[in-house]
Amino acid sequence: MSEHKSYQLTHLQQLEAESIYVMREVAAQFGKPALLFSGGKDSIVMVRLAQKAFWPAKLPFPLVHVDTGHNFDETIEFRDRLAKEVGAELIVGSVQAEIDAGRAKEETGPNPSRNRLQIPALLNAIEQHKFDACLGGARRDEEKARAKERFFSHRDSFGQWDPKNQRPELWNLFNGRMDFGEHFRIFPLSNWTEMDVWQYIKMEEIPLPSIYFSHEREFVRRDGVLLGKCEHITLLDGEHWERANVRCRTVGDMTCTGVVESIANNLDDIIEEVAAARQTERGGRADDKRGETAMEDRKKEGYF
Amino acid sequence: MSTDTKGYLDMDLLRFTTAGSVDDGKSTLIGRLLYDCKSIFEDQWEAVEQSSRQRGDENVNLALLTDGLRAEREQGITIDVAYRYFATPKRKFIIADTPGHIQYTRNMVTGASTANLAIILIDARHGVIEQTCRHSFIASLLQIQHIIVCVNKMDLVDWSEDRFNEIVGEYKEFASRLEVPHIDFIPISALLGDNVVERSTNMDWFHGSPLLYMLETMYIGNEHNHVDARFPVQWVIRPHSDEWHDFRGYAGRVAGGVFKPGDEVTVMPSGFQSRVKGIHDIHGDVAEAFAPMSVTVTLEDEIDISRGDMIVKQNNPPQSSQQIEAMICWFSSEANLQERGRYTLRHTTNDVKCLVKELKYKMDINSLHKLEDDREVRLNDIARVSLQVSAPLHYDRYRRNRATGSFILIDEQTNNTVAAGMIVN
Repeated sequence: MSEHKSYQLTHLQQLEAESIYVMREVAAQFGKPALLFSGGKDSIVMVRLAQKAFWPAKLPFPLVHVDTGHNFDETIEFRDRLAKEVGAELIVGSVQAEIDAGRAKEETGPNPSRNRLQIPALLNAIEQHKFDACLGGARRDEEKARAKERFFSHRDSFGQWDPKNQRPELWNLFNGRMDFGEHFRIFPLSNWTEMDVWQYIKMEEIPLPSIYFSHEREFVRRDGVLLGKCEHITLLDGEHWERANVRCRTVGDMTCTGVVESIANNLDDIIEEVAAARQTERGGRADDKRGETAMEDRKKEGYF
Repeated sequence: MSTDTKGYLDMDLLRFTTAGSVDDGKSTLIGRLLYDCKSIFEDQWEAVEQSSRQRGDENVNLALLTDGLRAEREQGITIDVAYRYFATPKRKFIIADTPGHIQYTRNMVTGASTANLAIILIDARHGVIEQTCRHSFIASLLQIQHIIVCVNKMDLVDWSEDRFNEIVGEYKEFASRLEVPHIDFIPISALLGDNVVERSTNMDWFHGSPLLYMLETMYIGNEHNHVDARFPVQWVIRPHSDEWHDFRGYAGRVAGGVFKPGDEVTVMPSGFQSRVKGIHDIHGDVAEAFAPMSVTVTLEDEIDISRGDMIVKQNNPPQSSQQIEAMICWFSSEANLQERGRYTLRHTTNDVKCLVKELKYKMDINSLHKLEDDREVRLNDIARVSLQVSAPLHYDRYRRNRATGSFILIDEQTNNTVAAGMIVN
C-alpha cells in the first residue's frame, strides 16, 4: 500500500461488525429465525444491531417475548413501543397460559420464581411457529456455563444443549446445518462484556427503560439480594420493606432480579459505576444462586 | 478498567490464545491477569474460594473460574475452549484458553483461528518439551504472527539468567523451522507476579517489558490483508418499500483490501463488471470499507448477484480452481477422514461439494516429520490433502489471507464440522 494509513477498528466497531455478520448469517442460513426479546439492555442492543444489519430493509425475523407475567410494567411498555418503532412483528409467549393449561406448575414459597417456567413456554413458541433459529443476547462473560457457548449453538429435538459435544467454530465459518425438528440458539453478543454493552449504548445513544436508571423504590434484603417490592413477594419473619435510590443492572422477573443501591441516573455515571463494581451483574440474580451449576442445568433443558 | 468514559472510543481489541501443558501454571497466569486488571469480581472470587475449599484444594483453584461445566468440575478437567475477557484503559482482550490435555489439537486450532497472538508457557525446570513444540507448530500453521514465550516458575530455578538463556536458545533452535515472524521471551513467576503486570525485582538482568505491557502495546495493525480487495456476499438486501423501491444492496463483511465508491469491480464467478456506487450503513454513506467491517455495497449496474458470490477489484482477482491443496486438522472422533470421501466444503459464504482426492501425508506435530505410511487420519491429526470441488473456489492462499484461505468440511450425514482447512495452493 502506498499510503501510510492505519486501517484499524476500535474494539466496539469490531464487536459490532462481528455481531452484524452473525445476524446476517442467521438470515441466510435459516428458514425461520426469531429474535428472543427479554426487554433487557442486551436484547435492546440486539434489536439495534439487527436494524443495522438489514438497513434499509426491515428485520427479516419477528421479536419473540416470553412473558412470565412477573415482568416490570416498564419492560412491557418499552417492548411494545420498540417493536412498533422498528416495524417488527412481536410474538408473545405466555407462562400464565402454560400454567393455566397445566403444562407448567407454579413454584411456591416466599419468592416463587417463574424463571424455569419460561422453558416450556419458549419451547412451545418455537414449536408452534416452527422457528429453526432463535437469536439471544446472552454473553460469555455473564456466567461460567456461558463461557463455553458457541455463536451457533445446536439444540436437539427436545431443545436440549449438549455442552460436551459442541461443534467447533473456526474463523468466521458458522455451521447451521441440522436435522428436522432440531434448532439453533444464536448468540451474536458472545464476545461482549457488560462494559462493552454500556459503552455501545452510550456511543449509539440507544434509549433504555427507566428502571436501568436510579429511581426510588421499596425493596427487601434477602440472601444478599435486594428484591423490589411487588405483589409476588411475601415478607418472611424479620424482613421489612426499605426505601432508597436503586437501579437494575439486569432486567428479568421481579421475583429474581435484584436491584442495586445507586444514584447513577445517566449513562456516564452508570459506566463509571460498572467500571468500579466489585460484583458481577448476575450477582444480583437469585436464580443463579440456586446451585453451582444452576445456569448449566437450566440451559441443558432449553433455557436461553 | 477505565473510568474515563471517553477513552473507550480509542480502545482496540487483541485476541490471544494461551497454551501450555498440565501444571505449567497457565490458570495461575490467566487468573493473575484477570485479577490484577480487576476482571474477576468479588462474588466470582468468593465462589471459587468456596469451591476450592470444598474440593480440598490447597490454594484457590483458578481453573474453576473458567471450567464452568458440571463434568469439568466433577472430573477436574477442562473440556473445551473457554473465552475470558479483560480490559485495560488501552485495550480490550479476549483470551481463548485451550486445555493442554484432552483434544488439545482440535481446541488449540479452534482458539488459534481467531487469535492475533499466542502465549506459550514453559516450566523453567523442564525447558522445551514435546507439548511446547506442538503448540508452537499449531500457532505457526494457523499463521499467528506473534508468539510470547513465558518461561514460568523462575522462582523455582533461583531466578537464574543462565537457565532462562538456555531455554531461549532451545526454543529458538526449534522455532527456526516455523513461520512465526515475531517471537518474544519473558521470564516470569505467575504465582508471585514477577514480570506479569509489574516488573520483577528478582530479575534485574532482564531488560524487556512485563507481559501485560507487551500485550497492551503490541502492534496489531497488520492483522488483516488490506491489499487484495475481497467482498464475499452474505445476503442481498431488497427493502421492497416505497422509499427504497430500487435499492439492491449486497451485505457482507470485507475479507480483504479496501473498497471505495467508484472502484471498478468484478463479480465472481459470473465475471460481470461494474463500479461501486456506494457503501452504506444506517448512519449514512461510508467513504471506504476495509476488513473486518460489515457493510452494505451497491453497484452502478443491475447484475445478478447472490450469496456465495465474491466482489473483487478488477485488477486483482483471487485464484480460481477446482483442485485445492490444503492442510487440514481432523475434528471427528466418530469417523476418520475417508480417502475418496465426499463432504460439504464451506469457504467464505459459499458451499460446494468436495471429494478427497488424495491424502498426501500426515504430520507428526511433535517432530514436524512427514508420515507417509500411516494412512489413518483420526481426531486431532493434521494432514496434507488434495481436494476436488464441484465448482471453482475463488480463494487466496491462507498465508496471504486467513479469511479467503480457510474452509471447514461438514459431514453430510451427521451435519457435524469434521475438519478445518487452510489452503496451500
